[in-house]
Amino acid sequence: MKISKKDVLNTAELARLEFDDETLSRFTRQLGDILVHIDELAELDTKNVEPTSHVLELSIPFRKDKVNQLITAEEALGNAPSKENDFFTVPKVIEDQS
Amino acid sequence: MSIPRTIKEAAALIERREVSPVELAELFLERISSEDGKINSYITVWEEAALETARKAEKEISEGNYLGPLHGVPIALKDIFVTKDSRTTCGSKMLRDFVAPYNSTVAGKLMASGSVVLGKNNMDEFAMGSSNETSYFGPVKNPWDTDRVPGGSSGGSAAATAANLCVASVGTDTGGSIRQPGSLCGVVGMKPTYGRVSRYGMIAFASSLDQAGPLAKTVEDAAIILSSIAGHDPMDSTSVNLPAADYASALSADIKGLRVGIPKEYFVSGMDPEVEKSVRKAIAELETLGAEIVEISLPHSRYAVSTYYIIAPSEASSNLARYDGVRYTYRCENPETLRDLFFRSRSEGFGDEVKRRIMLGTYALSTGYYDAYYLKAQQVRTLIIRDFDRAWEKVDVIASATSPETAFRIGEKTDDPLKMYLSDILTIPCNIAGLPGISVPCGFSSEKLPIGLQIMGKPFDEQTVLNVAYAYEQSTKWYEKEVVPLG
Repeated sequence: MKISKKDVLNTAELARLEFDDETLSRFTRQLGDILVHIDELAELDTKNVEPTSHVLELSIPFRKDKVNQLITAEEALGNAPSKENDFFTVPKVIEDQS
Repeated sequence: MSIPRTIKEAAALIERREVSPVELAELFLERISSEDGKINSYITVWEEAALETARKAEKEISEGNYLGPLHGVPIALKDIFVTKDSRTTCGSKMLRDFVAPYNSTVAGKLMASGSVVLGKNNMDEFAMGSSNETSYFGPVKNPWDTDRVPGGSSGGSAAATAANLCVASVGTDTGGSIRQPGSLCGVVGMKPTYGRVSRYGMIAFASSLDQAGPLAKTVEDAAIILSSIAGHDPMDSTSVNLPAADYASALSADIKGLRVGIPKEYFVSGMDPEVEKSVRKAIAELETLGAEIVEISLPHSRYAVSTYYIIAPSEASSNLARYDGVRYTYRCENPETLRDLFFRSRSEGFGDEVKRRIMLGTYALSTGYYDAYYLKAQQVRTLIIRDFDRAWEKVDVIASATSPETAFRIGEKTDDPLKMYLSDILTIPCNIAGLPGISVPCGFSSEKLPIGLQIMGKPFDEQTVLNVAYAYEQSTKWYEKEVVPLG
């Protein structure tokens, strides 16, 4: 199925991405081409076919609820683009009331 | 002394004390510094750390504490395995300065085996690509012809191994990312069964498909590396609790009576006739070696690429949501609001191919499209797995070409993502079904470009896959016939 520019913009909003006009047009065309190809799956009758999300028969392994490894706050903040004390900092989320 | 090309050769020199790990590390570091400018196969070279590890190995060996075939041997790692104290970029601007606070299990195991890590190999950004052209750190070039791509996404690992800028490397394979570059660069590349090798500390692309494995000059070397990285890891709940074998010791070139399936759907239209000819010849060679050749059908193979390009981007879109500009990634300059920070950090930090796949996955998972795309793809995944299950009733392994073509020119497919995606048509089914697969060199085109033979096996039967590749390799020895022109 071809995708519209509007759909691409809506998807970009969900994905937290933004594009200039040239990229938007190019992506609309390229994603459309890919989706048209993918539409071949509609040929297949998959009624009553169980979906596979994972190839292994997995169960959640449990372990003792015991702390066995910690990275320090300093290590956790080691790559922070911006930090203050033991926190990551970001632009103010709540508007200033003053 | 000639510079060793294989783990086996390097280990023999070290064991006989003809060369020390430090001399070997120096030799390879010099080679990287003089030659890698031609192919760009490393993102980060560990000059200091490699020499330090080599000195440690030298001391251990001289004290009689020999750890085995990787001890003192210079190898490399795809820059997707996080390593403590050195950056791990995943080929992205997003992680260009990222230093993990821990080692991935694969890196940790290789270090524990005494190997000397020379550095981190270049790769397609977040392992998304089939040509290594999507790396933020520039494209990797194929050492056989530097106007051509090395394949991807583990293109740096394959090119560095082929050009002998490391003895061997470890890469990752989500849709062919070890086997396809292995094929295009003329080296052995193996994707183990999903769950065989721990994914802890391996930066996630598509979690139900990703698997780590070796790139090496010979099947035996690949087996040595696989033995050292395989095994259960409590840090990865998808790593399987099965004993991992000593694959190298158990290698056998006796394939008499083994049933090799040839899927008729794998000789696709549009396949390079030279590739088809080499692969048919390789299959005939397997028959000469005593294998029984059986024609089989995997009727849903042709839907594998479409299935993959829903499942992989869907998983990627949620895995890559963590790159938000807040905690450990690239952050845009002077964000005005939190929304501005998210949008600009992600839009500036990711390259086009990564964005395309995030978009595709987000779209496939979004309200109104989930059933038509994601659910449908998961159902077709079941059909593809059933094809293989039926085949295993008749055959022990399946053989085909690894890639329908030899290395293509840099820039040839960058404007047409769909065309690029179709270059993985023969490797993707293995990932969808979680099977082990290997690419082993099986000749050259008239332009002297390598061609690869793919062998796929039953889940957790890496040994038979390795044995078939080994039998073929030992009777043809392509790796001895031609030497990479890089010198």
